[in-house]
Amino acid sequence: MVLQGGRVIDPSRDLDEPADVLIQDGKITAVGRGLTAPDGALVRNVKGRIVAPGLVDLHVHLREPGNEDEETVASGARAAAAGGFTAICAMPNTDPVTDNQAAVGFIVRQSGLAGLARVHPIGAVSIGQKGERLAEFGEMVSAGAVAVSDDGKPVVSSHLMRTALEYARTFHVPVADHCEDPTLAAGGVMHEGLVSTRLGLKGIPAASEEIMVARDVVLAELTGGHVHLCHMSCRGSVAIIREAKERGIRVTAEVTPHHLTLTDYACEEYDTHAKMNPPLREAADVAALRGALKEGVIDCIASDHAPHAYDEKEAAFDDAPFGVVGLETAFAVAHTELVESGLFTLPQLIRRMSTDPARVFHLPGGGGTLAPGSVADVAVFDTTAKWSVDPAAFHSKSRNTPFTGRALTGRAVLTIVAGTIVHEL
Amino acid sequence: MTSSTLGKDLTGLEHMTPDQIRLILDTAEPFKEVSERPIKKVPALRGKTIVNLFFEASTRTRISFEFAEKRLSADTVNVAATGSSVSKGETLVDTARNLEAMRIDMVVIRHPSSGAAEFLGNRIASNVINAGDGKHEHPTQALLDLLSIRDKHGKIAGLKVCLVGDVLHSRVARSNLWGLTKLGAEVAVCGPRTLMPRGIEELGVRVFGRVEEAIEWGADVLNVLRLQLERMETGFIPSLREYYRVFGVTPERLERSPKPITIMHPGPMNRGVEIDSRVADGPHSIILDQVTNGVAVRMAVLYLLAGGRAELADAAKRGSE
Repeated sequence: MVLQGGRVIDPSRDLDEPADVLIQDGKITAVGRGLTAPDGALVRNVKGRIVAPGLVDLHVHLREPGNEDEETVASGARAAAAGGFTAICAMPNTDPVTDNQAAVGFIVRQSGLAGLARVHPIGAVSIGQKGERLAEFGEMVSAGAVAVSDDGKPVVSSHLMRTALEYARTFHVPVADHCEDPTLAAGGVMHEGLVSTRLGLKGIPAASEEIMVARDVVLAELTGGHVHLCHMSCRGSVAIIREAKERGIRVTAEVTPHHLTLTDYACEEYDTHAKMNPPLREAADVAALRGALKEGVIDCIASDHAPHAYDEKEAAFDDAPFGVVGLETAFAVAHTELVESGLFTLPQLIRRMSTDPARVFHLPGGGGTLAPGSVADVAVFDTTAKWSVDPAAFHSKSRNTPFTGRALTGRAVLTIVAGTIVHEL
Repeated sequence: MTSSTLGKDLTGLEHMTPDQIRLILDTAEPFKEVSERPIKKVPALRGKTIVNLFFEASTRTRISFEFAEKRLSADTVNVAATGSSVSKGETLVDTARNLEAMRIDMVVIRHPSSGAAEFLGNRIASNVINAGDGKHEHPTQALLDLLSIRDKHGKIAGLKVCLVGDVLHSRVARSNLWGLTKLGAEVAVCGPRTLMPRGIEELGVRVFGRVEEAIEWGADVLNVLRLQLERMETGFIPSLREYYRVFGVTPERLERSPKPITIMHPGPMNRGVEIDSRVADGPHSIILDQVTNGVAVRMAVLYLLAGGRAELADAAKRGSE
């Protein structure tokens, strides 16, 4: 296959120039001007489009096994492909929990059967995500797990977090933590601040996240392990991570498109589609998170795609579940809010959504690059396409987005995994 | 009939205008007299069906609403969470739709979740009146408080009113705060810092740590909030004994004021915890006047939401004569 006449952006090689991309046998074989298509090759004219390494999402929830009505590995992989993602990492808080090699192997098999975006499993830190005994990291990594996490819940026990970080070193995988002090967050449903006071909703203070971020940094330093901090939401966390990185501690972090763009005011009118954990915080937090992502204090954007059935969100705010879907809006929201606004360049955004996340989890087979010889996971974007978010058009089985009706610019028009087209507009 | 003056629902005072609040208080005036008659009934809401939907225990508010409805000749049904399909797992939205399918006119709802009244109001065509939602608002309580203050002092603007106690968990406090500030009162809150919500000072109120400070400030009215007894178990205060000793409204503390201070309480009271019996039963307490006014204010709200016009309230109450 040849992608002809596009603007090729490959942050892994600081490349940004008009070029053709030649793909053969699932691999990228050449990037350059005026490449001639071999006989019988599929040719796609992508003039005026952006050709980039496929996006990588380190944090999604696919609900299979257990809640296949909300999402399956296949439907999540389809939504991912539509959003320009070629690899996504599935959190283990399924039912049953993905806490052993057989469960990890199941995700790998479902991903292979779907044949869409790659789905890499994340194994649980503790058996049943109960926060008590370590799960079998070695066997899970052998079966295909790319990280371990009890996401959905924090690793409350500092002892367990310490041993997880130490034990994970042997297998070269990060421990991804959902940072939340449960005693401060208990019962909370949104950010603790003026809006929660007005709405009479129990708040989750920023301190709940910051305390766990600080603890995890201390334990990463103690153990030499790699801690990955999930969905950072507040400016205090940014300050702690910045200082830790300056000291050379092995910490990486992610931020979601919604935490980069929305504040707690989105919860007004008790809109349950603005209910997520960690909660949307204040304008000063959004500004700090954007700055941190640009600087690299926060390494990457991750969607925290969290599907829920429509009727679960059709409830009083206290009773609705946390979480929003994001795979099909992540690029466009980030592009509209960060690139169109002039804060990021397009190559900077693609770096944070592809090259850097692939590096953070050292994904098998690579990803995040268009270097000749690497696997052909490619996304082509039309960065001028204007569209408005219509949840009914999602490929995901769930519709719970806070961006309904929002006018966005930019979308994936072609997604290629290992040389095969998995999405085309 | 649809109401144009108040909108479809009464979910809270935060988004009401001062004129709308005054309209309710003024409309309540002629209804006060109905409850003083030997035959306490006017035909203003004859033929209207009202459901009192209580997902939380309530005695005073439920009875007050029921009296208001009956004295306006409405047909009423009480639904309590226990013993109904709600306790069998029915969702709020299904409960609402089923009520709607029975062609009712109004719902009075109390619910433990903040925003529940608004949620219901956005999903059914009937008028919805919030009788207390979680920690959000309890608008009819604040309206009856405002009416009681106005009765006692002849005005609200310029008065200094302090809400004392557990502001964090209090829907009464939030509704009072909006109503009082909209009508021009100076508002303060007072209590242990553990029971003050985050960012409260940004709403234009003073924050005092001690009752003594509120008295020195020159408070004209202390509205003493109920202390939920479970606050002790959840770690907000160490003990009821200490709460009374440090934050209780006692005659000794009130004696520091050069002028009499009006005492209010939304009930039910914990005598000897947030309020001393001698204060609750004292000459400056208007606690029982609040209860009396509650019926008149609720009659006014029901009447206005049903489409009644303020200037006809007098005529409406004479309707049976």
